[in-house]
Amino acid sequence: MKESLLTITIFAPLLFAILVAIVPRGQRKLIEWGSLVFSAVVFGLAITLFLSFDAHKASPFQFNQSFAWLPQLGISFSVGLDGVSLLLFTLTTLLVPLVVLASWTQISKLIKEYYVLLFVLETAMLGTFAVTNLVVFFIFWEMMLIPMFFLIGIWGSEQRIFATIKFVLFTAAGSFMMLAAIIYVYLAHHTQFGVWSASFTDLYRLQLPANVQLYLFLAFALAFAIKVPMFPFHTWLPDAHVQAPTAGSVILAGVLLKMGTYGFIRLAMPLFPQALYVCMPYLIMLAVVAIIYGAFVSYVQSDIKKLVAYSSISHMGYVMLGLLMLNQQGVEGAVLQMVNHGISTGGLFLLVGALYQRYHTREIAAYSGMAHSIPKFATVFVIITLSSVGLPLTNGFVGEFLVLLGAFQRAAALYHVEKCLSFFITPVLAASGMIFSALYMLWLVERVFFGKPAEEAAAHAHGEHGGYDLTVAEMIYFAPIVVFIFWIGVYPMYFLNKAALSVAAFVALFNK
Amino acid sequence: METTLLCYILFFPLLGFFINGLVAFFRHDLETACQRYLGWSEEHFFHRSALFSACIGVGVIVLSFLAGICGFVRLIGMAEGGRVLTQTLFPWIHSGSVRLDFALQFDALSAIMVLVVTGVGSLIHIYSVGYMHGDKGFCRYFAYLNLFIFAMLTLVLGKNLLVLFIGWEGVGLASYLLIGFWFTDAEKARAGKKAFITNRVGDFGFILGALLLFALFGTLDCYGINQAAHAAKLPSLYLNLAALLLFVGACGKSAQIPLYVWLPDAMAGPTPVSALIHAATMVTAGVYMVARMSALYFAAPIAMSVVAIIGAATAIFAATIGLVQTDIKKVLAYSTVSQLGYMFLACGVGAPILAIFHLVTHAFFKACLFLGAGSVIHGMGGEQDITKMGGLKHKMPVTCWTFFIATLAIAGFPPLSGFVSKDEILFYAFASKHGSVALWGVAALAALCTSFYMFRLFYLTFLGENRSDHHVYEHVHESPATMKWVLVALAFLSVVGGIIAVPHTMVPFHMPNYLEHWLGTLMHNAELTEAGEHLSSIFIAISVIVAFLGLGIAHAMYGRKSDLAAKMAAKAGCIYRLVLNKYWIDELYTKYIYTPIYKLSETILFQVFDKKCIDGSVNGSGKVCQKISRIALKMQQGDMQFYLLYMVVGLLVLSAVIFFNVVK
Repeated sequence: MKESLLTITIFAPLLFAILVAIVPRGQRKLIEWGSLVFSAVVFGLAITLFLSFDAHKASPFQFNQSFAWLPQLGISFSVGLDGVSLLLFTLTTLLVPLVVLASWTQISKLIKEYYVLLFVLETAMLGTFAVTNLVVFFIFWEMMLIPMFFLIGIWGSEQRIFATIKFVLFTAAGSFMMLAAIIYVYLAHHTQFGVWSASFTDLYRLQLPANVQLYLFLAFALAFAIKVPMFPFHTWLPDAHVQAPTAGSVILAGVLLKMGTYGFIRLAMPLFPQALYVCMPYLIMLAVVAIIYGAFVSYVQSDIKKLVAYSSISHMGYVMLGLLMLNQQGVEGAVLQMVNHGISTGGLFLLVGALYQRYHTREIAAYSGMAHSIPKFATVFVIITLSSVGLPLTNGFVGEFLVLLGAFQRAAALYHVEKCLSFFITPVLAASGMIFSALYMLWLVERVFFGKPAEEAAAHAHGEHGGYDLTVAEMIYFAPIVVFIFWIGVYPMYFLNKAALSVAAFVALFNK
Repeated sequence: METTLLCYILFFPLLGFFINGLVAFFRHDLETACQRYLGWSEEHFFHRSALFSACIGVGVIVLSFLAGICGFVRLIGMAEGGRVLTQTLFPWIHSGSVRLDFALQFDALSAIMVLVVTGVGSLIHIYSVGYMHGDKGFCRYFAYLNLFIFAMLTLVLGKNLLVLFIGWEGVGLASYLLIGFWFTDAEKARAGKKAFITNRVGDFGFILGALLLFALFGTLDCYGINQAAHAAKLPSLYLNLAALLLFVGACGKSAQIPLYVWLPDAMAGPTPVSALIHAATMVTAGVYMVARMSALYFAAPIAMSVVAIIGAATAIFAATIGLVQTDIKKVLAYSTVSQLGYMFLACGVGAPILAIFHLVTHAFFKACLFLGAGSVIHGMGGEQDITKMGGLKHKMPVTCWTFFIATLAIAGFPPLSGFVSKDEILFYAFASKHGSVALWGVAALAALCTSFYMFRLFYLTFLGENRSDHHVYEHVHESPATMKWVLVALAFLSVVGGIIAVPHTMVPFHMPNYLEHWLGTLMHNAELTEAGEHLSSIFIAISVIVAFLGLGIAHAMYGRKSDLAAKMAAKAGCIYRLVLNKYWIDELYTKYIYTPIYKLSETILFQVFDKKCIDGSVNGSGKVCQKISRIALKMQQGDMQFYLLYMVVGLLVLSAVIFFNVVK
């Protein structure tokens, strides 16, 4: 049982998807309660994994399990978690029950299909984080696309078809290149070692000529950069976010974007270190541009959801920057920032969804002085905003600070070699993000929640649906978010410790 | 010495914040519950919840103050060299070789700050009970106020720059929440946001400075940095840069040029908040930080000069704006900016102890002035325009007299506290090794302005005839006891506060300089030049003359019935308008920073780049695919003749290829 716990956790949602599929259509309550209970059970399983993960064990992956799938081709279904994937794995299982609860009131058509797809998606996401075999990784990677395509396309807003096709085309465009590169790597391993294998640890040993590395790296990096999304591959994101239902937005921001950065840390960077060094200056530049560009563009948005979507680009810029610093602080900061972004931005999307449900508009201009009529809601919004702008003692600060610290360490190290102050431009520009994030987020808060209470928004809220403050269900799904915001902010060591050794191993790859 | 005492100083205000915050958050639920189960009426509930919040809110601060006194007593009992208590709560951010703990430290300097913050804080909490009486957000108000004290105490107790930064941003948050306390007024909410953003610009500098120091010395511990800077063999470029970056943070928090713009707007908050946060404590955080890092600044001469110049420039700049303001709180706000300039001037000329001294006395008299102003506003039913006041002396005597005493103190009349501290700063601006005649001259001119605008304020508010609507005047009343006694206490402190650091040159008999002695192991004032040392009595005389001169001019212009003020305003013309409009600095910022960023983001980045370039090229490649497909489509439209044509052409090409191959 214990050896299979990880595998069970991955496939449990899939099993439940099947169970939901056979429940009669009319049993709405049963489906909803069942989904909640079951997703909570999956979270419980992940917590068990989290608690029994040994942070002091040096082996790269824990909870390893392997099933031969195509033994003659060396492709096996093998799973395992290291410190980095453990955090993201747990984050995923945390977000699903929250979005299930949020969907109770927000989803009213094709309920059965909705939850089936949500659970298929969960299995795909958990699988992507947990597998340790490149071919299986690709299968799960692509598997995420299908339920997401339908979630946006069926339960989205007005322009959902356009958005979901744009999302799938962008992502697929990256994936095809990656598939070609995966096949090349797989064959190259056979030529070099004489055995067929696609397991990550085997592939890390691969020695490839520099120019080949470059092409392969670019193919992988494109797929991941689109997912992150890195500037300038980001334009699918605002459309997908705005059109997606709340659950879609939360999962998209909370988990799917992390797939990109996770791909970098797990595959693109360790597989092709030489190519990474060649591309590093450009990638760093793109990361810094993303931080500032995302902030500036989100500053001028008139749609709340779009504003939050663009802010994601800025936040993910920090994650990429931290990863590229290739030192302990930077990478730890990036890993933590992935989790932070999942919690804070996920929380913001939940809030926007709840606000939309009340007033049926996402236009900032339609709101004003909402803190007067829905004070509890406003309080939660401000708390999550503060986490998003990285106020100390919230999670956002720890992540951003570590990334900046890493960037400064790197700049200082480079400065010792070549006496050139221009290395400091990166951390300085990155740090300027903290001004701009405050600028757009607080302006949003000011326009929506402060000022004269708006009659226009009140008019939008018709009858029983409008103008009520946080419901009990909403408090239940915002509570964990607020708790994690402060927990990670005040005592981040509990989470950083889990990832420390894995990050150290990752960093060591590049400082041989 | 390790201790477990320090967390209590922090813990009480935090507890108060939680309790009041929860009450405020669940106010409606509590109200319904109390109505249903206890049968309380709405009014009942309101009064009882307010009483509860007030007790909690004031109680926790008093407890914190007592804990601070315990610490202070323990410090006194310790040997002179090692007067420091520390407490490491838990490891905060550990990553690789980086070790940053959540650690507190209570030394001579922190002790002073803790006592000022919790002492003045307690008084202002008590005052608030009366001032905020009947406000709908009473519980929320006390929650925010407790949060502020918690953050401020974290700031002054932080052992390393990162814990200090928690408080640094935390007070910014509390200030944001309290300025925008009455958030339904868009103007006030905007002022709150402006404060936060402007502070963030400063914080950006601060965090860069901290990171640079970490890269240089491998530590963020305040003592560690000071020691390392003192012993540093580094090229001073780095130290100067780091010190300047930290000073950018101080400029934001302590409202110095060019980041002072938020403070006058911050007066939108409730008046006790202006007194506590925007006069007595939070805005002095920058001064505290520069004094705390004084060894670093002594090792960074360029940064020191910049601090001195910015300080002096701000002092005179804000003082001139203060001359013509007509809003009672705005006058005091600019006065605060100006006085903070003095403190930085002191730091910049190498007299951090004087900066702390002035910080303490300023906390007393400026809190008294602001609370007096609050009392006036309270009595006048919300009126803040001094041109519509006058003659309030008879209606509110306690407010009037305490305000008068505090005015004398800030204007620098001997022997009040403000005189002692300000005179010393002026003296050091000239006589210190880092000082100069120019710095002294600017500071003395600012002192003249201070004396003038303060008496102008006093005359227009309390003396002369009443200029308000007589309905309003009839209802003017003295404030309730909680407010009155706080004013008296603060006025008393404004009078005697100077006693803690009387300079040897000022009195003929021997009197110990407690403050200098107390802070002696942490910091020291720079040496004096030889020429300066003998001139101190002349400087005292000049200070006194300046103070009286300001009073004289104010009396001439506003004391009697005269239109001198109006005439002068007309004569000065464009200069008057320039000063009246605050040198159009806000407008400049809007026009040259704010608007361009917005326009750049909106037009170039979003509309052109994001939509046209990126999405355009994506859609464009889609269109190209479509076009190519259309061409391919044309080839198979079911027209037999075309298919025959293709076949013939194909046959011809193939036979040509075969033919040439054979021939070869």
